[in-house]
Amino acid sequence: MRLADAACIGCGMCEEVCPHRVFTVAERKARILDRDACMECGACAMNCPARAISVNPGVGCAAAIMNGWLSGSKPSCGCGG
Amino acid sequence: MGFRFEDAFVDGRVETPVGSVPRVHSRIGSRDLLGRWKVRWGIGRERYRVAPGLYALGSPDGNAPVLVTANYKLTFDVVRCDAAGLDAWILALDTRGVNVWCAAGEGTFGTEEVIRRVTETRLSQIVSHRRLILPQLGAPGVAAHEVRKGCGFSVTYGPVRSRDIRSFLEAGMKASPSMRKVHFSTMDRLVLTPIEITNLLRPAGWAAAGLFLLAGLGPGIFSLGAAWDRGLAAVAALGAGILAGAVVTPVLLPWLPGRAFSVKGGLAGGVLAGCAVMWYRGALDPPAALALLLAMTAVSSFVAMNFTGATPFTSPSGVEKEMRRALPVQAGLTVLAGLLWVGGAFLR
Repeated sequence: MRLADAACIGCGMCEEVCPHRVFTVAERKARILDRDACMECGACAMNCPARAISVNPGVGCAAAIMNGWLSGSKPSCGCGG
Repeated sequence: MGFRFEDAFVDGRVETPVGSVPRVHSRIGSRDLLGRWKVRWGIGRERYRVAPGLYALGSPDGNAPVLVTANYKLTFDVVRCDAAGLDAWILALDTRGVNVWCAAGEGTFGTEEVIRRVTETRLSQIVSHRRLILPQLGAPGVAAHEVRKGCGFSVTYGPVRSRDIRSFLEAGMKASPSMRKVHFSTMDRLVLTPIEITNLLRPAGWAAAGLFLLAGLGPGIFSLGAAWDRGLAAVAALGAGILAGAVVTPVLLPWLPGRAFSVKGGLAGGVLAGCAVMWYRGALDPPAALALLLAMTAVSSFVAMNFTGATPFTSPSGVEKEMRRALPVQAGLTVLAGLLWVGGAFLR
C-alpha cells in the first residue's frame, strides 16, 4: 500500500473507510499511522477521489492463494458467506 | 433467477409514488434460526438469499434513511433485526447470496451494482434526499465518488457492524472510532468453526482412506487387522489435528503465541498431541508416539493457516509469505511422521 503525499487532498475518506485505522488526517494531509495493521483490502484506494493511494488488493486467505497457485489464476476463495 | 423468496420476513406492503414495496419486520423466527444454523454448517449456503431490491422497514417516508446491504439472507436478517424500531428503506444488492465483506472483495457489492439497483428501484422518486448509507465493510467494492456521479446519490459509510446502526443515526450519521474498527471476538470466531470443519470433510475423508491403506503395510506385506487397528489410531490423530487447527486455534487465537497462524496452529496441535502421547504412553511404541506428535502438529498448523480466510485482518501478501515458509515445514513433518509410522511397523 502506497500513499502519494503530493496528490492527497486531505478529504479523509481513507480514514473513514479503513477498518484498521491505518490512516489519520491532519492539516489536510493523510498520514499512515500503522502500516502493519493494513490487510490490503483496497477500500482506501477505491474511495480516494484523488487517486493518491495504491493497493494491490486481494484476499488474505490461504485457501484462495492455494487455489490461485493450482489453477494459475487470480486467488479466489469462492467464500459463500 | 431461482431466488428462494422466503416471505416469512415480509409482513405487508408499503405504497410509494412508484408502486408498492414489500415491508419486512424485525423479528427473527424459528425458520430464520434454522436457516442460520444450516448455513453455518455449509448446508444450502449457495441458495440462502433474498430477492434483491428495495424493502421497507417500519413506516418509512421520503425522508427515511436508505440502508444498503447484501442479499445473503444471514446478512439481511441481521440488518432488519438490528434496525428494529427504525423507519427505514433497506436496499438489498444482488451479491449472489454472499456477505458484504466477501462480495465487496469480489466486486459484486460494488459501484455498478449500487447504481444499477438505485436506478432500477427508482429510489430518487421514493425518497426526497440523495443519501445512501452503506456498511463500512462494503467500501473495498464501492467508490463513493463514482456512485455520486453515476446516480446522484452520495454515499455515507455507516458502522462496520449493523448493531451500531441506530447509534450511528442518532448521532447524526457520525460513527465513533470503535464503530469504524473491525473486532473479532471469541464468539465471532466460534461461529465460524463449523464451516471450517465442513469444508475439510472431503479432503479428510480421502486422507483417512489413505491412512487405512498405509496402516496395513507391515512385515506380512498387508494385514487387514493392522489396517483396522493402526488405521483407526491414525485417523483419530488426523481428526484431533483437524480439531486443533479448525476449532481450538480459532477460539484461542489471541492467546496463542506467535503472529503466524501456522505457528499458532502448530503449537495447539503439538501441545494436544503431547497430552495424547502422555495419556496413551503404555499403548504407543516410541516411533508411533513421535509420528503422532509430528503429524498432529503438521495437520493442525495447515488447517489453522486456512483460517486466515475467515479473519478480518490478514493481508494477501502476508499470508502468501507465511505459506511459502510454512508449507515446506508442514510437508516435511508429515513425510517424517509417515516414515516413522510405517517404518515402526517393520521394527516390531
